[in-house]
Amino acid sequence: MKRTTLMLAVGTLAAAGFTGQAWAQVKEQFVPASFYWVGPYAPGGSGIAGGMLDYFKMLNTRDGGINGVKLTWEKCETEYNNARGVECYERLKKKGPTGATLIHPLSTGITYSLIEKGTTDKIPIVSVGYGRTDAADGRVFPYIFPIITTYWSQNTAKIKFMGQKMGGMDKLKGAKIVNLYHGSAYGKETIPVLDAQAKQYGFQVTHIEVSHPGNEQQAQWLQIRQIKPDWVILRGWGVMNPTALKAAQRAGYPREKIIGVWWSGAEEDVIPAGDAAKGYIAAGFNVSGSNYPVVQDIQKHVYAKGQGEMEDKSRVGSIYYNRGVVFGMITTEAVRKAQERYGKGQPMTGEQVRWGLENLNMDEAYLKNLGATGFMQPLKMSCADHEGGGQVKFQQWDGKQWKVISDWISSDQKLVRPMIEASAAQYAKEKGITPRDCSKEK
Amino acid sequence: MFYREAGQFKSSYAEDQQIFPIRQDRIGITALLLVVFVAVPLLGDQYWLSAIFTPLLIFALAALGLNILTGYAGQLSLGTAAFMAVGAFMAYNFMLRLPWLGVIPSFILAGLCAAAVGVVFGLPSLRIKGFYLAVATLACQFFVLWAIQRWGWITNYSASGVITAQKMVILGFPFDTPALKYLLTLSIVTLLALLAKNLMRSETGRAFMAVRDMDVAAEVIGIRMMHTKLLAFAISSFYCGVAGAMYAFCYLGTVEPEAFTLDLSFRVLFMIIIGGTGSILGSFIGAAFITLLPIFLNVMFGGISHLLGVEIPHAVISNLELIIFGALIIFFLIVEPHGLARLWQIAKEKLRLWPFPH
Amino acid sequence: MNVAFFFEVLIGGLLAGVMYSLVALGFVLIYKASGVFNFAQGAMVFFAALTFISLVERGLNFWLALVVTLAVMVVLGIAIEKVVLRPLVNQPPITLFMATIGLTFVLEGLSQLVWGSQPHGLELGIQDVPMEWLSQSTGINISQFDIFAAGVAGLLVAVLALFFQYTRIGRALRAVADDHQAALSVGIPLKHIWAIVWSVAGFVALVAGLMWGARNGVQYALTFIALKALPVLILGGFESVLGAIVGGLIIGASEKLAEVYIGPMVGGGIESWFAYVVALLFLLVRPQGLFGEKIIDRV
Repeated sequence: MKRTTLMLAVGTLAAAGFTGQAWAQVKEQFVPASFYWVGPYAPGGSGIAGGMLDYFKMLNTRDGGINGVKLTWEKCETEYNNARGVECYERLKKKGPTGATLIHPLSTGITYSLIEKGTTDKIPIVSVGYGRTDAADGRVFPYIFPIITTYWSQNTAKIKFMGQKMGGMDKLKGAKIVNLYHGSAYGKETIPVLDAQAKQYGFQVTHIEVSHPGNEQQAQWLQIRQIKPDWVILRGWGVMNPTALKAAQRAGYPREKIIGVWWSGAEEDVIPAGDAAKGYIAAGFNVSGSNYPVVQDIQKHVYAKGQGEMEDKSRVGSIYYNRGVVFGMITTEAVRKAQERYGKGQPMTGEQVRWGLENLNMDEAYLKNLGATGFMQPLKMSCADHEGGGQVKFQQWDGKQWKVISDWISSDQKLVRPMIEASAAQYAKEKGITPRDCSKEK
Repeated sequence: MFYREAGQFKSSYAEDQQIFPIRQDRIGITALLLVVFVAVPLLGDQYWLSAIFTPLLIFALAALGLNILTGYAGQLSLGTAAFMAVGAFMAYNFMLRLPWLGVIPSFILAGLCAAAVGVVFGLPSLRIKGFYLAVATLACQFFVLWAIQRWGWITNYSASGVITAQKMVILGFPFDTPALKYLLTLSIVTLLALLAKNLMRSETGRAFMAVRDMDVAAEVIGIRMMHTKLLAFAISSFYCGVAGAMYAFCYLGTVEPEAFTLDLSFRVLFMIIIGGTGSILGSFIGAAFITLLPIFLNVMFGGISHLLGVEIPHAVISNLELIIFGALIIFFLIVEPHGLARLWQIAKEKLRLWPFPH
Repeated sequence: MNVAFFFEVLIGGLLAGVMYSLVALGFVLIYKASGVFNFAQGAMVFFAALTFISLVERGLNFWLALVVTLAVMVVLGIAIEKVVLRPLVNQPPITLFMATIGLTFVLEGLSQLVWGSQPHGLELGIQDVPMEWLSQSTGINISQFDIFAAGVAGLLVAVLALFFQYTRIGRALRAVADDHQAALSVGIPLKHIWAIVWSVAGFVALVAGLMWGARNGVQYALTFIALKALPVLILGGFESVLGAIVGGLIIGASEKLAEVYIGPMVGGGIESWFAYVVALLFLLVRPQGLFGEKIIDRV
């Protein structure tokens, strides 16, 4: 008797599960969550993953998904390793009713490895604030989206910020700037743009490399002390950031004159440096803080029910977490846009989402609707422009938290765009790609 | 009973000297080759071909290269990834600058470049050995990567040091689908593995082993130390170089120098120790163990938490995977310190006697 | 050439070298007593420092946390001996080396599993700032923290030397280091000795973790400092405590001087490999390192 009931129960359960799955297949939008939760960069990986997935959860409970299409996802550990990242992508790309919506590789290296695969499989590779800069030219890279701000753009914004601080761009003439960069593809990415700007504004730039992992920088900072630069640009990653701040303190260099990229500007980058980090300025395409309506909604609909991703609740509203929320918003809004054209309440394929991404227009009113005014910048994408924003805010660490000290500062697209196009054209030539004609795209 | 060579008579030197003298081996190898060449590409989907088998074969080739150096010739090296990097970047350059050369000759030339680098960094092995040598080869690892990033010519003056592998066209036929890339990789790996197998039973291979077992004694019986050690470095680096070229062309497509960090060197070393040093088969088993186990654990834990219906925080899962991976390495070392290939050897012995063990 | 600047680089390099030596010491202790090249030393540093800082952040008193962490490291040492080393007795060195790599994964996973992967700041009460009086009088910037770290390293070596020289356990340790077989046959319990050595290495790891953690923060990247210790090891010799110190000083100073004076000429970033090349050159002259035991081959 007992056994039969058990069997029956199992049977019904299985049947329920099966039919449930079959039914749900129509109304689900699958997003791969290949991030990293272990290793040296785990704070970034886990924070961004948490923000993005919490945003999805919030959307699922608050609105029932995107026009009724629930978001689903599967996590995959990449360990920030190229081979693992490619495996995750291949494993997850066919999941869900329509395959992967798009993928955030969250590593410049993995992004590189996925450029061709994504293009063949018609799955957008979205690298928000990292990845290959010249992929912003959507004519050559139809499926690659370095959304919001590329490294080149943010670098011009940094120079603009320095000019503002010095009281005018003409004051940059004769100024000395040191570019302290991580010895990797990521670190070297901005060297050409800095050189071009040095010529334009007449400042002097010295590039100093810190070899990976960057936990010893005495020699570099002694050199900096010799040069006595007006500004130091910090292009660090991981342990290189707190080490740089500490070494700056040892060399007696003022932290207020160090300007970091956003991968050097999270709480996790400054807390290990302790007091040495006070006054340090970093660029960011998103801000920290949990008093934005969108984060409040996450608190209300996800954490109040005990379903949040973050084990450490205090990380909700941190830089990395909020960045994950931005990742989430871009993902869902691209799907929403795609649905407008290809059918409301239907799951979208990667190809359709690409159209959504290219026609995404998130202006101030749109952001207000999302509860993200000031949380992220307005975005306007197009077929040719896969970057869309190009603005950054500057934030200063006061020893306890990041304080926003500037408005959105836009980048110098007049300088950057031709460089991007030239670089993309070279890629197209090497690979034998004929760039799309954007005027024919609909 | 199943693995007995009784009744297999060899009536010519050629028969006596073939690579697989035992009939069962020949049948086994043929069956295996049929499976991997025919069945796998027909049955395997894109995921298995491009995310599992292709990298597995490439890592196996790199492990084989290191095994020639470490397992057969006894020279511990941590510069594998650097040799792979030389192969990858030089293959790119040969294809870029001498497009008429073709894919395969480019790979071979790239391998030869890696071999040349290997010989240069093999020179210290004439003086130092053991862990001292291992750490000394780290100099090669770091220096080569640094040089690739510094010397703009190698990356065709790309600002960030990233290269994109060209399309592979052999005799007018493009190799661009996962199945074709897999077949290309498989052909090269099979060929090189058979070559290695043959080489290790030749005079050269025996000289390698003599040097490994005791270099002073080897020198006394007339083996030229410098020649042998440097040859081991050259052959090993050639294999690693070709593996690196395939890593870029058949697998990743776009490569930055950081794809070849010390981490990769260590992974290849793990492969040969776990698989079995001084064994061709071991290189393959080790590569399979090290590349597949983390993926397997990841999938398994995903399945478990799905089944249980409770959501385990992913950080916990990822860390558990790491712990289990480490624990399994220790476990297998304790069970079989000579590597997994040894288990196969034991199995063969058993099969030979079964069902009548004495 | 600016003389003051030269000395600043030199002294800074020497002091940085002391920090490398702290890590190298842990390797030396274990290699000396058990012939194991302990790849897990970096992970042990991370584990010790993370345990310590997590305890402090949970409200434990500094010294109490220190004692508890030490106890944890001793337990760890005993466990390693029991679970990993004992079953692998008499195996070739490369197998033991591989086992410590497995151990590395376990330790890294364990520490992040228990304490999380967030980085922490660590304050030891000594600010990492240049000493005012020195910079004012000579223009040379030397951090007071570096001097403190050098003092700690000196103290550590002295304590270890006394321990090895004058205690019963220390003598047994030296006997084991000399010859396992002979030590066993005069009745020295090898198992205990190994457990003790691994515990002592754990203690050294804790000290190194505190010093490096105070400088760069306690985070996963602490495991990378092992890479800084490797050239020190081959230069000084795997078996020599003194070698670890001298090797550290040479590597530290030459690395910094090279980066500052040669680096700009070739595009910088040469620190990553320069130390290894220096060590390699030394090895070509003395294949067993500066203070290593001479290798005699007999056929």
